[in-house]
Amino acid sequence: MLKITNLSKTFNAGTPNERIALDDVTLHLPPGDFVTIIGGNGAGKSTLMNAISGMFLADSGKIILGDDDITFLPEYKRSHDIGRLFQDPMKGTAPHMTIAENMALAYYSAHKTRFRIGIGKPLLNLFQEQLEMLELGLENRMKTKMGLLSGGQRQAVTLLMATICTPKLLMLDEHTAALDPGTAEKVLTLTQKIISTDKITTIMVTHDMKSALRLGNRTIMMQNGKIAKDLQGKERENLTPEQLIEMFGG
Amino acid sequence: MSIVAFMGALELGLIYALLALGIFVSYRILGVADLTVEGSFTTGAAVCAVFVVAGQPILGIILAIFAGAVAGLCSAFMQTKMRIQPILAGILTMTALYSVNLGIMGGRSNIAMLRDETLFTIIAATTGDMALWRTILPLIIIVTVGVILGLFFHTRMGLSIRATGDNEAMVKASSVNTTFTKSVGLAIGNALAALSGALIAQYQSFADISMGLGMVVVALASVIIGEAIFGRRTVVWNISAVIIGAVIYRVILAFVLSFRLNPANLRGISALIVTIAISYPAIKSLWHTHKLKRKARLNHVKNH
Repeated sequence: MLKITNLSKTFNAGTPNERIALDDVTLHLPPGDFVTIIGGNGAGKSTLMNAISGMFLADSGKIILGDDDITFLPEYKRSHDIGRLFQDPMKGTAPHMTIAENMALAYYSAHKTRFRIGIGKPLLNLFQEQLEMLELGLENRMKTKMGLLSGGQRQAVTLLMATICTPKLLMLDEHTAALDPGTAEKVLTLTQKIISTDKITTIMVTHDMKSALRLGNRTIMMQNGKIAKDLQGKERENLTPEQLIEMFGG
Repeated sequence: MSIVAFMGALELGLIYALLALGIFVSYRILGVADLTVEGSFTTGAAVCAVFVVAGQPILGIILAIFAGAVAGLCSAFMQTKMRIQPILAGILTMTALYSVNLGIMGGRSNIAMLRDETLFTIIAATTGDMALWRTILPLIIIVTVGVILGLFFHTRMGLSIRATGDNEAMVKASSVNTTFTKSVGLAIGNALAALSGALIAQYQSFADISMGLGMVVVALASVIIGEAIFGRRTVVWNISAVIIGAVIYRVILAFVLSFRLNPANLRGISALIVTIAISYPAIKSLWHTHKLKRKARLNHVKNH
């Protein structure tokens, strides 16, 4: 589904602050793959995510999503096919607009709809069904402004918005790191449920070794802008979080 | 204040409410302080005046709206594609528009339309009641524009524009082209400003190259007065508040004038109102901190 070939990115090239953020990264994800990415600060995890989402263009290399070469596609066009969640729950939604309006925006971005004023009844029903799935009671608060929800609630709604129309690729950038442990667990469970139901190809960056191994079917460790370890199958199954931390050191 | 002065203020308020709505769209919906309107307001008046003199008052208004929209697009282009800070982009466009406006007016700094047909005289001629229509016509226009704007901000495009001002990062991540939404937003804002300028020119039968001066502050004051009285709720609510705010601003102005206060001070007072209103949250929190500190000090003294 996602084919990254020889992707490189250097920040501040030619200055004393030169930093190689991505060093000839090649990564192939078959459809339905759920990869967790770990790595220290500055290892290149976020740079990789940002390069895929189109926040900047890579210096060299190629990115193919589905059947399309998206290497030079602007960010907003890529987002047709890519759903994305950030660490900051405030980043994914518009605080002064209602829950329904936020979801409508997400829905419109993937569907061609005829011109209309306001959100139609069928669409509201769809949003209601989706919100019921969260079991947070939000289905009765669709006219509430997004900014009044807690971080966990906002992140849960953002997750719905990112997957309301199954994206080709879902990217989760430490999306539970800013939540309290209980809420984080809830959002993670929900994430897993949605991903497995719709078989979404997913990349998740995390600092939590346990969830890195527990979630998904593949774990990638990044170091100095390179993929240092690509763990899957038996090797990954037998690994404990402690061993994974040890690998970090070595 | 006499009834004539009050009606005059009401009429002007209803026409300037269009300008206030323009500022509302750029400042409150898009979150950009767009100074372009100082120029596009005059552009609207200039275009309209030229066509009124040529005997085409209605065509003049329509073209004024388009001219304003184009001015907004220029500013939007500078802000988005050229990455010039919004404030500077507005100043640049506004400055350039001064020359453009002079060009439109054929090098003259003002155009009088006292003997020409305007929208007001045409309707008065068919109904025979000039005074009444000077109030009703602006009322019809502002209500129509308000309704259209309110509906527009509930369409897909309208939602996207509102979200762009609310959380640009999110909008980019949901496949909306923010260059496009910003451009449409600023075009609407400046089209409204130009429409306001065009109607003012026809209402006063006079267009002047400097009539846009200080208009941003006047419009902001209207927006803020409306918000102070009615608060901020839904889009439709806010639009209504802005319109009423613009009328109240004009009434206050007329009231101040009726006391024979020097009208030269009005701009200063307007600027003061806007400054206080916008800094109100900061002032409130400073005051709150001050009170907390004093309380802590008093407790400290009590305990020792």
